[in-house]
Amino acid sequence: MPMSQKEIEVILTRQLASSLAMPIFIVDPQGTLIFYNEPAEMILGLRFDETGEMPVAEWATVFTPIDQAGSPLPPDVLPLTIALREHRPAHGDFYIRGLDLVLRHIEVTAFPLIGQADRDLGAVALFWEVNT
Amino acid sequence: MHVALWGTRGSLGSPGAETTHYGGNTSCVEARGTEGTVLVLDAGTGIRRLGVALPRSLRRVDILLTHLHMDHIQGLGFFAPLYNPEVEVHIWGPASTTLNLRNRLMRYLSPPLFPVRLRELPCHLVLHEVPCGDFDIGEFRISSMLIGHPGPTVGYRITTSRATLAYMPDHEPALGVQQFPLSREWTSGYAVAAGVDLLIHDAQYSSEEYPSYIGWGHSSLVHALAFATLAEVKQFVPFHHDPAHTDEDLDRLIAEAAAVARPAFSITPGVEGAVFDLGSGG
Repeated sequence: MPMSQKEIEVILTRQLASSLAMPIFIVDPQGTLIFYNEPAEMILGLRFDETGEMPVAEWATVFTPIDQAGSPLPPDVLPLTIALREHRPAHGDFYIRGLDLVLRHIEVTAFPLIGQADRDLGAVALFWEVNT
Repeated sequence: MHVALWGTRGSLGSPGAETTHYGGNTSCVEARGTEGTVLVLDAGTGIRRLGVALPRSLRRVDILLTHLHMDHIQGLGFFAPLYNPEVEVHIWGPASTTLNLRNRLMRYLSPPLFPVRLRELPCHLVLHEVPCGDFDIGEFRISSMLIGHPGPTVGYRITTSRATLAYMPDHEPALGVQQFPLSREWTSGYAVAAGVDLLIHDAQYSSEEYPSYIGWGHSSLVHALAFATLAEVKQFVPFHHDPAHTDEDLDRLIAEAAAVARPAFSITPGVEGAVFDLGSGG
């Protein structure tokens, strides 16, 4: 093939995410954030059309994930990182402070994207803001 | 590369007075190399006549299935080389997540749907699962890639030293896209079609019909033209015509869409019996 193109499973995941009202993040197998939908833009405070893809080192600093006691959470324990590393679903409950500086209580469900012929295509995370 | 269209209809064989020009046979395209290698793209009902027309001296033929929907395999059991013990028939096609290609084909090539079982075919049959990276058949280099259509479906990019053909008879790249197309990187099938000399692509619906069939895995003619434009192809063949579209309908739909799109490439309607000689212009 002459040109780079996302795999069809990833393209369809983006199209599904674009149609849903909950924030969704899609990362590739290296952890690069390759897409986030409009509801996720509200959390990030950044528009995907403006940022494009973001390496893990970049997007991980956009959030400040903290636990209930206010202690910072290391990237290794975040659901998206677990789904990507261990190829299994993961769920978490924590707080984040996005670029808009608002502290949000969120639950996150992440799952690996495994394509046809067991191809590792990355992972997806769904964010739910907890109304307290 | 010699390319011949033996079946251009989608979904269901549609013979009749109103389809005599575009044809009623379902998807089947022959690609023949200058050294005599024969590829058969899909095994719709058009494959029966192709099987009869092949030279009796042919000792190997490769059938490249895009997917296993009925209109793309229905003619398989009527392909004469399958019954010739002196011929090597290679079938390339996608497995599913739970069944290999052999088991998927056996669902059709076994009673009660068909009287002859796959294992009873007299030819020397070899099955290959795609996508599997680039591979060579004779003078052809072939790439396959999963594309947007319900169930495992691939598009094929077929290259010789002088020409490239892309074949995507069932493809809905506009699914879920608010303003089609997105960028090249995020468009299903782009890598298959990029810059080819000839793109044979799904154009089943009119723009008025498409909203009623979103998610069925097919393109409107307007979407297909937008896809071909994005891919910067040199020639485009609208293919997989809806069974309900008459010759008159297709003439009108293609003329109207071409007049609006005014593409930089040529449009050649997918008519059964049409032939293309690619890369012969020096």
